[in-house]
Amino acid sequence: MSAEHLCLTGVTRIYPATEGHAAVHALGPIDLSLKPGEFFSVVGPSGCGKSTLLDVIAGLARQSAGTILFEGKPVTGEVPDGIGVVFQEDASFPWLTVFDNAAFALRRAGVPDAEVRERVRHTLAFTGLSSFAQAYPAQLSGGMRQRLCIARTLVTRPRLLLLDEPFGALDQQTRLLMGDELLKLWRETGATVLLITHSLDEAALLSDRIGVMSARPGVFIDLVETGWARERDSRLAAEAGFGVVTGRLWAALRDQSIKALAMAS
Amino acid sequence: MRAAQDADPLVTAERAERRAVPPALDTMLMIGGLVALWQVGTILLGHEALPSPVATVSKLAGIMADEDFPRHAWETARASLTALVISLVAGLAIGLALGAHRLAGEVAEPMLTALYSIPKITLYPIILLLFGLGISAKIAFGVIHGIIPVILFTMNAVRNICAVYLRSARAMRLTAAQTAGTIIVPAAVPEIVSGFRVGFALTLLGTLIGEMFASQRGIGYMLVKAMETGDTGTVMALALLLVVLATAASAALLALDRRLRRHALAS
Repeated sequence: MSAEHLCLTGVTRIYPATEGHAAVHALGPIDLSLKPGEFFSVVGPSGCGKSTLLDVIAGLARQSAGTILFEGKPVTGEVPDGIGVVFQEDASFPWLTVFDNAAFALRRAGVPDAEVRERVRHTLAFTGLSSFAQAYPAQLSGGMRQRLCIARTLVTRPRLLLLDEPFGALDQQTRLLMGDELLKLWRETGATVLLITHSLDEAALLSDRIGVMSARPGVFIDLVETGWARERDSRLAAEAGFGVVTGRLWAALRDQSIKALAMAS
Repeated sequence: MRAAQDADPLVTAERAERRAVPPALDTMLMIGGLVALWQVGTILLGHEALPSPVATVSKLAGIMADEDFPRHAWETARASLTALVISLVAGLAIGLALGAHRLAGEVAEPMLTALYSIPKITLYPIILLLFGLGISAKIAFGVIHGIIPVILFTMNAVRNICAVYLRSARAMRLTAAQTAGTIIVPAAVPEIVSGFRVGFALTLLGTLIGEMFASQRGIGYMLVKAMETGDTGTVMALALLLVVLATAASAALLALDRRLRRHALAS
């Protein structure tokens, strides 16, 4: 395995022209390398191709050009083993209990029953859902359902965790606390994390490094190193360095957001 | 998207309070009201036109004690149950296929809706020519009534599945068969059960109509014979029997439907 956990070179995504619509150049070219265990966030104006980037890295969509190497192996339109994805929408299955939701992927993969029970129990304890194991998602709050989606992904022990605005639908305070939990999970699992977010604060609080994307077609216009210690939580928001990071992010993003707004109208 | 407030204990408690009227009491009151209305109808219209509830129940007891009755009831049960199984199995398979193939579904939907709304009795001569005068014609007639709602409900259930479930399936590296069996079908179950409920009622209706024409057996045949001789007592008694049976089956399916939906309440 090379020193990079994930390596993107010249990754581009163009939606081909269809009847009545011109081709749309959505993304790229993107060059990016993530070190193992790094927490990397992507911020950018709406419609800049952030989610497209995640889809392409996850193998849920195919890039039009460029190469993606995950642990040295190319990713081409299929989700490789070792990558876990959490979506913005609530993806918990309402017909299964919390326990069965968390066990879902392991059971489909044919993991022996005893091991499934052990790993699910561990993951639910880890994500604070143990006492709800027999509840159905409809009985949980929005924050807990999203935590369940994260648990469902973590139970497969991904080495690269891709998060597409997982806290987008939550209120600000729940969001901050979920961010703290995410940091804890990240420290304890040692996984590499790539987080897509539109919240500058969230990116500044959580990340080792932040990529700022331009309006469509999205390319990185700035890479910001935060320099935070690995042991950290949302109380960082009170520190002077936090304002410096968000200030730099906004300085890079402001013009792009104006451009994105103009494109949308 | 589910809103966070759905799991708010206050909201949940309010919902529970609104549901607090015991359903058994509601049902009793409604049945009592209907029987009273029926009795009033009998007084106004006369016993000849509308036999009273008491007379109808005793007439029904008489019919059911008759040695010919089991033969007729069995004939109807056999035909409608066979038609029901065919409607459910074939309707489910066709609905799943049409739901999965968007274009096929879009082409089929208006045709199915049109077929659903025409009086199917106009097709009965064709059915008789195809299937002959026996039980198969009645089963076929039951099926053409019952299968369409099952197809339509199943197709829409599959089409309306949250896109994120399917994306999750891909992210978890499921095979197509695993996705169909462990995500698409369970996600669609509440809708499919609704389809079964409508399909059940229409299958029974279709089978009975089938028995009313070109037939020598079954409850439909007993009904049409009573109608021809102006025997309102028998007509009412048989109608009562069918209403009770159909309502019981429908209530059982409705209870199942509600239970399945409760899990998906907040979606």
